[in-house]
Amino acid sequence: MGRLDGKAAIITGAASGIGRATAVRFAGEGAAIVIADLNAEGGEASVRDCKENGGRAVFQKTNVALEEEIKAMVARAVKEFGRLDIIYNNAGIGGAVGPLEQITVEDWDRSQAVLLRGVFLGIKHSVPEMRKAGGGSIISTASIAGIRGFNGLHAYCAAKAGVVNLTRSASLEFAKDRIRVNCICPGGINTPILHRNMPGVKEAMEQWMAHGQPIQRAGHPEDIANMALFLASDDSEWVTGQAMVVDGGLTVGSQFLDQTAGGERPQTGIVPQGFMGPSFEK
Amino acid sequence: MGKLDGKVAVITGAASGIGRASAIRFAGEGAAVVIADLNSEGGEAAVRDCKEHGGRAVFQKTDVASEPEVKGLVDRAVKEFGRLDVIFNNAGLGGAVGTIEEITGDNWDRTLAILLKSVFLGMKYSVPEMRKLGGGSIISTASVAGLAGGRGPHAYSAAKAAVVNLTRSVALEVGKDRIRVNCICPGGINTPLIYNRLPGGRQVGEQFLAQLQAIPRAGHAEDIAAMALFLASDDSEWVTGQAMVVDGGLTAGGRLFGQDQQQRPTIPGGFAGPSFEKN
Ligand SMILES: NC(=O)c1ccc[n+]([C@@H]2O[C@H](COP(=O)([O-])OP(=O)(O)OC[C@H]3O[C@@H](n4cnc5c(N)ncnc54)[C@H](O)[C@@H]3O)[C@@H](O)[C@H]2O)c1
Ligand SMILES: NC(=O)c1ccc[n+]([C@@H]2O[C@H](COP(=O)([O-])OP(=O)(O)OC[C@H]3O[C@@H](n4cnc5c(N)ncnc54)[C@H](O)[C@@H]3O)[C@@H](O)[C@H]2O)c1
Repeated sequence: MGRLDGKAAIITGAASGIGRATAVRFAGEGAAIVIADLNAEGGEASVRDCKENGGRAVFQKTNVALEEEIKAMVARAVKEFGRLDIIYNNAGIGGAVGPLEQITVEDWDRSQAVLLRGVFLGIKHSVPEMRKAGGGSIISTASIAGIRGFNGLHAYCAAKAGVVNLTRSASLEFAKDRIRVNCICPGGINTPILHRNMPGVKEAMEQWMAHGQPIQRAGHPEDIANMALFLASDDSEWVTGQAMVVDGGLTVGSQFLDQTAGGERPQTGIVPQGFMGPSFEK
Repeated sequence: MGKLDGKVAVITGAASGIGRASAIRFAGEGAAVVIADLNSEGGEAAVRDCKEHGGRAVFQKTDVASEPEVKGLVDRAVKEFGRLDVIFNNAGLGGAVGTIEEITGDNWDRTLAILLKSVFLGMKYSVPEMRKLGGGSIISTASVAGLAGGRGPHAYSAAKAAVVNLTRSVALEVGKDRIRVNCICPGGINTPLIYNRLPGGRQVGEQFLAQLQAIPRAGHAEDIAAMALFLASDDSEWVTGQAMVVDGGLTAGGRLFGQDQQQRPTIPGGFAGPSFEKN
């Protein structure tokens, strides 16, 4: 018995990385899936992966920045599977990067169109179908870059913060329809978005990213897929408006004191033990 | 195949409400559970519930504010089941109520001992056992009252906020041991904690709590148990230091414009232009 038996899901950006891992996970739990992506080759490969995991899946070529294509994507889900229970707005790009003064307006707009407008459109066009189904789950991939600043990622940070707060405001509107709206904030996940098709980078990243957060291994697409599954399933029936952080502890805080158990971090020289009394006492 | 097959969990406050629902859920997923509570009768009943769901369980009478008793609790888990993978620090109560001037120093201390020191003790004594296994999951029940003011009594709110931030600081320390530390912030959950004090009891609780948040139904102990299961399972292997809010949208925000509430001014649909322009 799968946790998504009988449910139909759309996953955007499902030709690669997080979206693909999620499609495979959902398929293994019994969902029928529309794989939506710009990348047809990867999308068809994801369809095969889903089928190997015992699920039904079709590919729909989609640019999430375009309203007509999002409409067609939702229509495809309903045509193929008769309903829509889950949409995972996950497609993404790095977008305009670098110093703020050098960002062109065109690159700014393109970034927002994919990262933020894409999510708005996904919510807008899936809600009517979910209402018909008596409820549903809307999930989007934001980022820890939506809750913290990262220098050099201005357009991305702004867009992802937009996703986080759109999630909250939309959750309030659709709660009465039993439609939950949540997003996931991944930390550093070792996916092709970081590899840029360069050989050897995946392996190098795996090592380097292991030291980026308290849990000392790189994040994997499956870590996000697991959270997406929780949010897609009925287990999260009373969870809405949340930004779920899955980051191995990266944004939890920073190590200020050298705890004896603290491990291989650079020493700050502050090594208290026992009890720190009033400062005037020796 | 259960999501917690082969794992051993301690759940405090498991004689009732959220703890009991979590014990049942964990048992159904294959965990062996130590039910810890002050309340023996409810604790034994929870053990029976777990067994009916196909799990192994024992009751250990525990006052979570007492260091020797929490130590005894962890020892019991290891003695009975040979290991400790998960601890859910969940026992709680409303504690000191009243205005800030009315709260006595003694009631403040008692509240903080049960709601905060207990969580510290649960972490302190479970970490060494989890380290032996190469990892584990520490979960605590905080509250939406730990995230903002006005959602609970003063001492309760302070203690729960402390649980949230203790979760973060300990997560940083034990991450390298593959021990995750997270807490859950429930909204209004219809458990005996709430309905035993309401005239009209459980049914009135159900109606009253349905109106508090965006999703128009009361929270149930099972909603929290589902999140606890996620945090206990390997599905959350890369999740740590988090305060997971399960509140039906209570803290997602408020309504500025009454789209569907008559008593507030409504703005028309469409586009709100600059304020100097007439619509
Ligand atoms: N990898 C990370 O470290 C990380 C961290 C935080 C957030 N994220 C977010 O996770 C999401 C998934 O990224 P990923 O890491 O799996 O990267 P990825 O590059 O492996 O996958 C992204 C997919 O989105 C598709 N896509 C891009 N633009 C599109 C468009 N306009 N229309 C349709 N599809 C489009 C790509 O073709 C690709 O298949 C993104 O939203 C990204 O911003 C990633
Ligand atoms: N019900 C809610 O709306 C709500 C909201 C937010 C947080 N919480 C928290 O959830 C947790 C569980 O509460 P619940 O709603 O299931 O209430 P509950 O009263 O049904 O269960 C709490 C259990 O804790 C036990 N307990 C109390 N003091 C103890 C002690 N010193 N040692 C051992 N056991 C003790 C009680 O005997 C009881 O079995 C508490 O930490 C509470 O603060 C509840």
